[in-house]
Amino acid sequence: MGEVIVVTSGKGGVGKTTAAANLGTALALNEHRVVLLDADIGLRNLDVVMGLENRIVFDLIDVSTGVCRLKQALIRDKRFNEHLFLLPAAQTRDKTAVTPEQMKAITDEIKADYDYILVDSPAGIEQGFRNAIAGADRAIVVTTPEVSAVRDADRIIGLLEASEMTEVQLLINRIRPGMVKRGDMMDIDDIIDILAVDLIGAVPEDDRMLVATNRGEPTVLDGMSRSGRAFRNIARRIVGEQVPLMPLEAETGFMARVRHMFGFGS
Amino acid sequence: MFDLLGKVFRRDEAPSKEIAKERLRLVLVHDRATVSPQFLETIKEEVIGVITEYMEIDHTGVEVSIHSLDKSVALVASIPIKRMKRTAKAV
Repeated sequence: MGEVIVVTSGKGGVGKTTAAANLGTALALNEHRVVLLDADIGLRNLDVVMGLENRIVFDLIDVSTGVCRLKQALIRDKRFNEHLFLLPAAQTRDKTAVTPEQMKAITDEIKADYDYILVDSPAGIEQGFRNAIAGADRAIVVTTPEVSAVRDADRIIGLLEASEMTEVQLLINRIRPGMVKRGDMMDIDDIIDILAVDLIGAVPEDDRMLVATNRGEPTVLDGMSRSGRAFRNIARRIVGEQVPLMPLEAETGFMARVRHMFGFGS
Repeated sequence: MFDLLGKVFRRDEAPSKEIAKERLRLVLVHDRATVSPQFLETIKEEVIGVITEYMEIDHTGVEVSIHSLDKSVALVASIPIKRMKRTAKAV
């Protein structure tokens, strides 16, 4: 029996889709069987981030309405043998075209055959969000170190707790170590302190991310990419491994705090 | 004079993340209090429960609200007392 993980944020543009794509790819690289499910109906993007946009035949709505079977709609990513599949969102419908009950039925069906289902949630707190979390066992809330994103993350964490989601973890994206060092960007400790939530990982801002997205290749496949390394670490934490936070920059004071937070070092 | 200059310059150099943290702290107090309409009602019930152990109060007149002041947020409760219990003194 697999696990359904919703990747959500409240605020748009913080990197939900790239996080879902990279974490799914990293899990597949580690031989887990993964389905990426794009729940952003009407504004699908997981397909282009993964470079699979030309392979779409059926979509999520086709599955929920019985136009096709689940297996027919799952696009196999040929780069990862039998380990990574995408269930694309419909692009010509809206968020009300599927109900939370239908979403749960679909994720339950996928769960029977795969290890991890990563659900890419739309921004917002309306029905698209309700759909995305309907069948989820746990949640990864993505934020950036900006006041607007952190505030929305707080709201989303509240809504997840209210819907009795017990496992909620925070992914802090696009940290710029230079700005943190100057005191012009909140650091990991600041954000965790404000939100009072468990951390799954932090990802530094990375120019290679845009290059990777241009090519339709997640950065976890790029050995030189710092964001790719951070996402590979987070994927290992998802499966329960203890992986220390990587240095966002080579600065002892900062690292000492980070290590301290994870219980390493003195 | 130098103190003043020092203050001015320090303020200019104050790391903006501290401002961000303080603003977030305040905004989240508001957000969290308003997210759940049950929140104040729950507090009110529990406050009434505690207070009635010591005094007789007018339940219908109890008001609990959140007020924001300049740099802080306060929980304000107005609880009309009908009568003090004789035992209150002994506590």
